[in-house]
Amino acid sequence: MIEAISISKKFGKLKALNNVSIVTGSGQSIALVGPNGCGKTTLIKCILGMVVPDSGTIKLKSESIATGWKYRSIIGYMPQVGRYPDQMKIGQVMDMLTDIRQSPSSIDEDLIKAFSLKGLYNKRMGTLSGGTMQKVSASIAFLFNPEILILDEPTAGLDPVASEALKEKIAAEKQKGKLFLITSHILSELEELATHIVYMQDGVIMLYKTMEALKVDTGENKLSRAIAQLMTKPAP
Amino acid sequence: MIKIVKYILLDILRNKIVLAYTIFLFAITFCVFSLEDNAEKGLLTLLNLILFIVPLVSIIFSTIYIYNSSEFIELLVSQPIKRKSIWLSLFTGLAGALSLAFIIGAGIPLLIYVRSVTGLMMIVNGVLISVIFASLAMVAAVRTRDKAKGIGFSILLWLFFSLVYDGLVLFLLFQFSDYPLEKAMIIISALNPIDLGRILILLKMDVSALMGYTGAVFKEFYGTEKGLFVSFSVMILWILLPLLYSLRKFNRKDL
Repeated sequence: MIEAISISKKFGKLKALNNVSIVTGSGQSIALVGPNGCGKTTLIKCILGMVVPDSGTIKLKSESIATGWKYRSIIGYMPQVGRYPDQMKIGQVMDMLTDIRQSPSSIDEDLIKAFSLKGLYNKRMGTLSGGTMQKVSASIAFLFNPEILILDEPTAGLDPVASEALKEKIAAEKQKGKLFLITSHILSELEELATHIVYMQDGVIMLYKTMEALKVDTGENKLSRAIAQLMTKPAP
Repeated sequence: MIKIVKYILLDILRNKIVLAYTIFLFAITFCVFSLEDNAEKGLLTLLNLILFIVPLVSIIFSTIYIYNSSEFIELLVSQPIKRKSIWLSLFTGLAGALSLAFIIGAGIPLLIYVRSVTGLMMIVNGVLISVIFASLAMVAAVRTRDKAKGIGFSILLWLFFSLVYDGLVLFLLFQFSDYPLEKAMIIISALNPIDLGRILILLKMDVSALMGYTGAVFKEFYGTEKGLFVSFSVMILWILLPLLYSLRKFNRKDL
């Protein structure tokens, strides 16, 4: 569904993405892993059109995203650190997004219920704790029943109950054949959620394999061990 | 896009600064006309006050507002909305709110005290200046991520147009006083929206006689219908060019 071909992006001298290509199909659940600053978030932001790549093309359902904007209606995005207008209330943000999107597909309020956010609707965004902010971000990402879900460190900062609820939701949506793109540093949870794994280092995709293939290739049974083996191996 | 404008306008109008600005304009306009028994003289005092305050408030408030809505912009950019509509909505909201503040604050007293073309001209001018400086603020805010730098740049822009530019023109006039500069002055004055606004009002008030030969040349050009048309077109250009430049930058900006 997502086709990114030779994407490059520089921030000043730093090459955040260096000729990255990735093609994904629907129904996959892709885990993006790699050390800090390897370009995971930049790649995600390129797909969302928040960062404009220096070169390369990204296509979504074989439509180029450089000129289009409607494609974003099939994407749900949960940022690493949610940033919302401080003076707006949670309820207002939700209402505004619903109002702007006018999504024909039904509204999915499962996560709002799971996190019992309705009780907090009158709180202003500026007063929220980091974890509550993450809950809001997650609820917004799933709210419009999108076909593609891009989650940037979804469980970071969530309490165990909430993170369990989110994981259940992800698993349920995965069953419906949605495409997931998840970055995380908590490998044990990726093991449950992901079908494919993409390992990035210094703005380059080092490998893109199914979970089973990775485990067979490295001869390890656990994802964390397999990744550790990759990380310690010097780059070719 | 209309929906986004609605949200931005509501947000700005809830902001107490715009309300304070409106009351302030209202107060000084009333004061000026209460102090002067001659409406013409009052208008002249008001002109200088307005040409000083309106650009300053418009550009600084707009710049700060754009920086403060960076979260809002980020939130909307990941939604199925064109970047162009986000940026233009922001501009429309700012320009609309500032114009509204001017029309209510200065326009109503003006209509009460000066029921003439000059009064109407003053309102149109004030609205145009508000919009022009909101547009310049978009340029200041899009250039850098650093809020302090952006606000600094917008203050510099204001200083340039309201003080430095006139100084430079005076300097040029003295240096080249041996040459006939009257025609060139028409072009030079069009390059500064504040000057353009000032000239348009002064000519309507028949005090251009005080400006000597240059005043006569101005009258001959700006006094005619063609001159009026040209000067309003230049004002519109002053709105469009900075706005389009900032839009181009915003479309390529990384958020």
